Amino acid sequence: MIKIKRNNIYTIVTLALLLVFLYWLNANRLQNGMLVSVLQKGVILALVAVSMNLLNGFTGLFSLGQAGFMSIGAYTTAILLIPVQNLDGVYYMNGVHPAIRAFKTMVASSPEFIQIIFPFIALLLGGLLAAFAAALVGIAVLRLKSDYLAIATLGLSEIVRAIFSSPQFDQITNGSYGLNKIPNFPPMLWGAIPSLITPFIVVAFCIVFIMLLIKSSYGRAFKAIREDEIAAEAMGINLFKHKEMSFVISSFFSAVAGGLLAMYMRSIEAKTFSITLTYDILLIVVIGGIGSVTGSVLSAFLVTAAKEWWLRFFDQPLTIGTFEVPLFRTGFRMVIFSILLMIVVLIYRRGLMGTNEFSWDRIINRFKKREKEAAHE
Amino acid sequence: MSDILLKTEHITMQFGGVVAVDDLNIEIQKDRITALIGPNGAGKTTAFNVITGGYQPSNGRVTFDGLVIVENYPRSKMKKIYNGTNKTPFEKQVVNTPDKITRLGMARTFQNIRLFKDLTVFENVLIAKHCHIKAGLFSSTFRLNREEELKMYQDTEALLERVGLLGSRNEKSSSLPYGKQRRLEIARALATGPKLLLLDEPAAGMNPKETEELSLFIKEIKDSFKLTVFLIEHHMNLVMDISDTIYVLDYGKTIAQGTPAEVQNDPAVIRAYLGVDEA
Repeated sequence: MIKIKRNNIYTIVTLALLLVFLYWLNANRLQNGMLVSVLQKGVILALVAVSMNLLNGFTGLFSLGQAGFMSIGAYTTAILLIPVQNLDGVYYMNGVHPAIRAFKTMVASSPEFIQIIFPFIALLLGGLLAAFAAALVGIAVLRLKSDYLAIATLGLSEIVRAIFSSPQFDQITNGSYGLNKIPNFPPMLWGAIPSLITPFIVVAFCIVFIMLLIKSSYGRAFKAIREDEIAAEAMGINLFKHKEMSFVISSFFSAVAGGLLAMYMRSIEAKTFSITLTYDILLIVVIGGIGSVTGSVLSAFLVTAAKEWWLRFFDQPLTIGTFEVPLFRTGFRMVIFSILLMIVVLIYRRGLMGTNEFSWDRIINRFKKREKEAAHE
Repeated sequence: MSDILLKTEHITMQFGGVVAVDDLNIEIQKDRITALIGPNGAGKTTAFNVITGGYQPSNGRVTFDGLVIVENYPRSKMKKIYNGTNKTPFEKQVVNTPDKITRLGMARTFQNIRLFKDLTVFENVLIAKHCHIKAGLFSSTFRLNREEELKMYQDTEALLERVGLLGSRNEKSSSLPYGKQRRLEIARALATGPKLLLLDEPAAGMNPKETEELSLFIKEIKDSFKLTVFLIEHHMNLVMDISDTIYVLDYGKTIAQGTPAEVQNDPAVIRAYLGVDEA
């Protein structure tokens, strides 16, 4: 019992420190612009990675449809949140659909508390829409196995993207012009949680939900399906029902992350949600460890930071003395990034965390081992 | 005839032109051990798969505990190529997925052990308890079913204790020695709370000593869990030792049935197993 308590204390202290750090970051956000944007993007990608991991790593369904569901969430959130006064500016080419304008005017004139929670309602609606789409599509595609499921979901994601950028939906999605003037993250709890911290809180809730789910009886059933479908079915687990659950939940959270991404980027277009985005997420999942939630989170931050920040240095021309180092040009950082990825994958063959989760016991044991080794010497 | 737990009527399973099981009629008495034996490729596992819902038979009916769980007749393409001995087709189509049949009270093991390899011994058994869960996804996620969950853990622990695997509860199931893996697979099947336990070659790959232990184990769980057992086996010693009734299959056809003593002396069985002296 004491052990459990000790670990809980560690966790609470760590979370408190993180929160303090975030508030500090909020106070000093102007000097730390890069850090803020990397952390925010990292946390959003962490949620997509975890939801992809729920499907690919825990249920064993190799799906590549994440970008499609993210775009559903992103577009829903964006359309619902663009302020009424900006509508004409955004939809300057084709005009906005009257129903959208009417709905937004109604929201804008609603009581204040509705307007305060409306961004969260928008995120939830985006998620529910994606979940509904996933439920329908799941009936057809979840009968497929491994590679075939991957191809079907990949195609699905492209279809969603094509629909969003099609001229027929110009008045809703603004076609290929994309949407902009999307408001930033809203503050929470009447400003007690500043807008900078909002994505962290939302994502934390979502990931905690997924972790609880994975540890529940249903999560165990998902794992059984991953391990051996035939045996799982023989143990009375309804394959279709459980696969559908996992698919729907994963899509829901992908869409919530998509909505957050729209708030983060302030402007979106259908191209943002191309296959490359899914591959980026898949990369994060694989690097972190297929079947490890904490691995996905860790890797989301590392990959985002490396790609967007730490390696920027390679993009600028570098001169040492009078010698100009060759290769240091725009785009070179991606070469270095790819090489680093290869090295990481070669060293950690099952990803940074494998299928393990972060635990204090593991860290403490490692330290104890080191101490012992030091004592022996 | 209420003491018959499982009954198959004219089960015929045809794959393309090959009749793998032909007109199989089995009656399994409650609280007995019934065995299905036969040379390699006789159609034993196919018969199992039909009974547990894995395959849909070309023709025939399976009744479990008074309920028709599987029924089919030759349809569409099969109608033209159907070549079973029994020519009177059934009229209805009843389809149940294997998970549904398991929840009705029929659990099975596999010829080539199918454990959840990356999971621990404890998790393997715990997962089998999931099939009777009452809580929904959300109440289970938010642990509103604390009592149910606790009971699942306790039952699993008790079950592992009874089958003598509690000591290796935290070991990865694939790291267990072969005999224990078999035992774990049986324990996992028991965790679903079956009335009928189907064992597909439980003694495959076992030495005589392990086989003997297994036959004791099967008798023991049969009594303590009030089970009816239906098994496929190659090991004659095991089958003759524990079975009450034996069915012998050869090339999909039932060539003999009866008590071990009767079957052992049946000329058709001897011919199937030892071959015929053509001269």
